[in-house]
Amino acid sequence: MSNVKSILLAGVGGQGAILISKILTKALVDAGYDVKQCEDHGMAQRGGSVTTQVRFGDKVYGPVFGKGQADIMIALEKMEAVRCASFMKPDGIVIINDYQQESSLTASGLAEYPEGCVEAMQAKFKTIAVKGEEIARGLGNAKCMNVVTFGAACDALGVEGIDWEQVIAEVVPEKHRELNIAALRAGREAAK
Amino acid sequence: MKYLMSGNEAIARGIYEAGIKVCSAYPGTPSTEILENVAAHYKDEVYCEWAPNEKVALEVAYGASVAGSRSIATMKLVGVNVAADPMFTAAYNGVTGGFVIVSADDPGFHSSQNEQDNRNYARHAKMALIEPSDSQECKDFVKYACEISEQFDVLALFRTTTRINHSKSLVEFNEKVDYSAPEYAKNDKKFVCVPAYAREHHKKLEANLEALAEWGNTCPLNKVEMNDTKIGVISAGVSYMHAREVFPEGTSFLKLGLTYPLPMGLIKDFASKVDKLYVIEELDPFMEKEIKAAGIDCIGKELTGLQEELNPSLVAERVLGTPFPTVDVDVQPVGRPPALCPGCPHRGFFYTVSGKKDYIISGDIGCYGLGSSAPLNAIDCVTCMGSSFSMAHGIQKSFEMEGTTAPKKVLGVLGDSTFFHSGMTGASNIIFNKGNVVPVILDNSITAMTGHQDNPSTGYTLQGETTYSVKIEEVMKALGYKNIFICDPLDLKAMQKAIDDAFASEASCIITRRPCVLLKRANIEKGLCKVDREKCKSCKKCLKVGCPAVAFKDGKAMIDANQCIGCTVCAQACPFGAIEKEEK
Repeated sequence: MSNVKSILLAGVGGQGAILISKILTKALVDAGYDVKQCEDHGMAQRGGSVTTQVRFGDKVYGPVFGKGQADIMIALEKMEAVRCASFMKPDGIVIINDYQQESSLTASGLAEYPEGCVEAMQAKFKTIAVKGEEIARGLGNAKCMNVVTFGAACDALGVEGIDWEQVIAEVVPEKHRELNIAALRAGREAAK
Repeated sequence: MKYLMSGNEAIARGIYEAGIKVCSAYPGTPSTEILENVAAHYKDEVYCEWAPNEKVALEVAYGASVAGSRSIATMKLVGVNVAADPMFTAAYNGVTGGFVIVSADDPGFHSSQNEQDNRNYARHAKMALIEPSDSQECKDFVKYACEISEQFDVLALFRTTTRINHSKSLVEFNEKVDYSAPEYAKNDKKFVCVPAYAREHHKKLEANLEALAEWGNTCPLNKVEMNDTKIGVISAGVSYMHAREVFPEGTSFLKLGLTYPLPMGLIKDFASKVDKLYVIEELDPFMEKEIKAAGIDCIGKELTGLQEELNPSLVAERVLGTPFPTVDVDVQPVGRPPALCPGCPHRGFFYTVSGKKDYIISGDIGCYGLGSSAPLNAIDCVTCMGSSFSMAHGIQKSFEMEGTTAPKKVLGVLGDSTFFHSGMTGASNIIFNKGNVVPVILDNSITAMTGHQDNPSTGYTLQGETTYSVKIEEVMKALGYKNIFICDPLDLKAMQKAIDDAFASEASCIITRRPCVLLKRANIEKGLCKVDREKCKSCKKCLKVGCPAVAFKDGKAMIDANQCIGCTVCAQACPFGAIEKEEK
């Protein structure tokens, strides 16, 4: 299992973690890796926390991993990064969309959204934080902050020779293609 | 060519390849996508349908098996409880064409009300139990399940778990097998369950299971991976993958795909060759108990535990005592529970009854279960599909018999799909026994929670073809309801009036009617609500509607334009007219 890499995608239902995992798994399968992926269904689409896991290597057994096993986390929302911190290996890399989405508890005033999520992750992990929502809004559509965040992550994945823009062109429907490729580029640039 | 497929997509492919002709199901996470994929890819070769509940689904599929076709019924774990009645007797009768029941279990409560381990049904109802470990096996084992069912004249329980159904792994396809039903011949001695015949059925079934147990010792579903003899592991399903990942190099494995009847010859032989034997399984000690009863020493539940799903990290921690190191961060996240969507029609009903102590709300299974979440907190009890009406009736009878003094108004609440699933029987019971409760059907024109499946009232089949639509109000009228109040739940005044009118009259019920806000077919007109910061008095009344789009920022209410669709429930709740709708 030593050469298997485990990636955790964390976010909120509706943010588009599934699209990221589609892009990721398509690229990895085409590159010849053994790939397993596991996503949340059901309750997740009602605004709750969601995670998707992707694992790849020569031979992957478990389709799902537990605490202390993630090499990379791609968090589409900053509090979700904190929620999933225990899944990380101590030397894992965290990519965070520095963006706050209220939960039903914080929106209705039943709880306070915590301060310092990004800083708390930076204190413990090698962390790349990008302002995904601002960048996406600048590109004309806040929804593509998922692909901006993925763009910030793609050079940290440790896989060589994948043309990510080409993969996006194959996965995303034509009318959203240009926007998503621009989002990937902008995220990649922001991570440098 | 290999395809990355979920277990459910792979089972659908397996259904096609195995030559199965008839499928029936009631949607339920994590099983739903199986028939959706059959309908999407193989509808010319395979008939499939949504049934109103799992009992009907199992009976439809079993009828097809009796007639000679290979057939399958798919359902979530608790659905098997609903289907258990025909299942136990069908197991005695046996099959003509191979008959498979998919039980999609949910260790870890991803989207279910309990964690029941349905492997126990195989032992209880005397069925073959087949457990795939990845998507390739999901596909391949469907064919084996059909063959086992036919060869040993048993039902095949095809048991998956959420991580098998919803995980994707690589799958290689095979050709479709050539199976067609033998010419129909009446065989009432086999398929009529009167006691005189059933005694013979039971005798035959026990003999068939014995033969199947013997076959299991050499069958291709059970595999020995012999390495060194220090440690041996017996496992099945997704647990095998977790164990295979974390046990040290050199560990020997007995990986089982046919787990009932257990291949005791194979197990004894494997156990005799290793110094230390582990049984790694989620939930109940299903294999372990029988292995121990056969006098074989093994380690299992004392380490793996009876609850939650396993993963590699948990197996490493609990079984091997070597947890993976983790890092704590210094910020505590707050919860992010699922909530009714912005614009959800159910919000109008739940907001209307929320916080009013004289209403008792007996709830049901569906999105509307979210009416129990803060800040609505509007549900008193939820048990299972269809329980709302019957439990409401029992609650009201208890109040009546106990002489409860405070006036209580009891409402049973369920959705359109749940009404047809098993709510109609409870509704007829209320009328039959002169109940004094109000049944409420929250009709949003779809089975929403599982991701939009059609049901008898929607007018569409699983394949998306138009069909007859069963009208809920006509059913209620036929059941004896005299006063049927139909309203738009997002009109809060109309909603309150419907409740008041229903309690002021006899044999009454309420139907709230508005399509699910996510339903594309409904073409819902979108708008946007805005807060006038001058008029807002910061009373926070709007926060009580529990809408994810409404928040409190800088001392005033604020509406998130990205999420709001302009349903106006918050505007109607505002006592100061500070929220207004504008067109988007």
